[in-house]
Amino acid sequence: MKRSTFWKVFAHPTWIAALTAAGLFAALLGDGWWDSLAWVGMAIPAVLGARGLMVRRNV
Amino acid sequence: MKSQTIRRWSFIHTWTSLICTVFLLLLALTGLPLIFHHEIDHLLGNAPELKAMPADTPRLDLQQLVAAAEAHRPGDVMQYYGSDDDDPNAVFAIMGATAGGDPNESHTFMLDARTGEAFETPSANGGFMMVMLRLHVDMYAGLPGKLFLAFMGFLFVLAIVSGVVLYAPFMRRLDFSTVRPNKSRRVRWLDLHNLIGVVTLTWALVVGVTGVISACADLLISAWRAESMAALIAPYKDAPPLLQRAPATHVLEIAERAVPGSEADFIAFPSTRFSSEHHYTVFMKGSTHLTSHLLTPVLIDAKDLSVTAVVERPWYMDAMSLSQPLHFGDYGGMPMKVLWGLLDVLTIIVLGSGVYLWWVRRRAAAPAKLPKGEVAH
Repeated sequence: MKRSTFWKVFAHPTWIAALTAAGLFAALLGDGWWDSLAWVGMAIPAVLGARGLMVRRNV
Repeated sequence: MKSQTIRRWSFIHTWTSLICTVFLLLLALTGLPLIFHHEIDHLLGNAPELKAMPADTPRLDLQQLVAAAEAHRPGDVMQYYGSDDDDPNAVFAIMGATAGGDPNESHTFMLDARTGEAFETPSANGGFMMVMLRLHVDMYAGLPGKLFLAFMGFLFVLAIVSGVVLYAPFMRRLDFSTVRPNKSRRVRWLDLHNLIGVVTLTWALVVGVTGVISACADLLISAWRAESMAALIAPYKDAPPLLQRAPATHVLEIAERAVPGSEADFIAFPSTRFSSEHHYTVFMKGSTHLTSHLLTPVLIDAKDLSVTAVVERPWYMDAMSLSQPLHFGDYGGMPMKVLWGLLDVLTIIVLGSGVYLWWVRRRAAAPAKLPKGEVAH
């Protein structure tokens, strides 16, 4: 695959994957702010997935 | 990507997922209540409420608590003892007919550390949540069940990796998070499968891999016993059987002195799977947030209470310990549990849509039957 196509397809997923990973790891390091980082990291995939399900037929 | 390459990956993706899907659905469905087991136990009234007593009420010493536990279940022997994470005045005890018996036959209950009064914790020994746990852990099939589920988890990881590879050709001409609701039901679910699959990727991989590691825990513990423990307890090979244990009163303090800056998590009594026939083994947790998940065992001679050794922690035992929070999702408060549950539901949707897409494609690929009445004469 050409480089440009690769990043066009995988730019968003890579960011999401990295943020989720950072979130999952953050809460292992501490409470309070660290937990909040985890919530943000995990809310991103949860919200994006749920938003996809909301897209309904519009005819 | 060449079309042949795509076809190969597609074959891998289809079959690794189809084989593991039924079991992953079982794991995802039973895992959902397990995320909230703590809250469910409280709702069901299975979490004992200790009496309110003045904050400075003294606690019984360890040997007195052991005696209280033994009095509660005459005939059983102590297997494990530990503090409760919720209530500083509560401790838990696990007892069984023999120290080294099947963990599924053990009986767990709690004690008030100030009075020695015993409280039953029914959900730790049976009932709905226990059924969920057994279905999730070994499907009531013991070690073979665990290893089978570990293999299903491995297939799940392969399905995720091949799914990422296939994401590229599907999404080349589409913007990220495109869902086309107006084309056909199949296209809508294909888009959703791709979108939800790719956004939940990291979470599913982490939960999958840590689940596989946890499912192999029995093997890891055996390896650790053979590798780290065996040499340390070799001098006891010809020792006469332990008939009388020294009182456990100061065991925790002895262990804390042996590993400064750590805190006791639980005690494995002599002859249990986590100890030797001649030792109290105290598992110490680190004092930082991260190292509190890592346990260092201290072997204490059960006859004279001398410290035999601080057992080394091989990397795979650390991996096993860290896998637990990362699999359970219980290390970031209630919001994390709710998000864990949502991601679990999204994963169920990815599994279900995957089967649906396979089914629709299979039907489309089957040779079209001629409608009745048009059969050639």
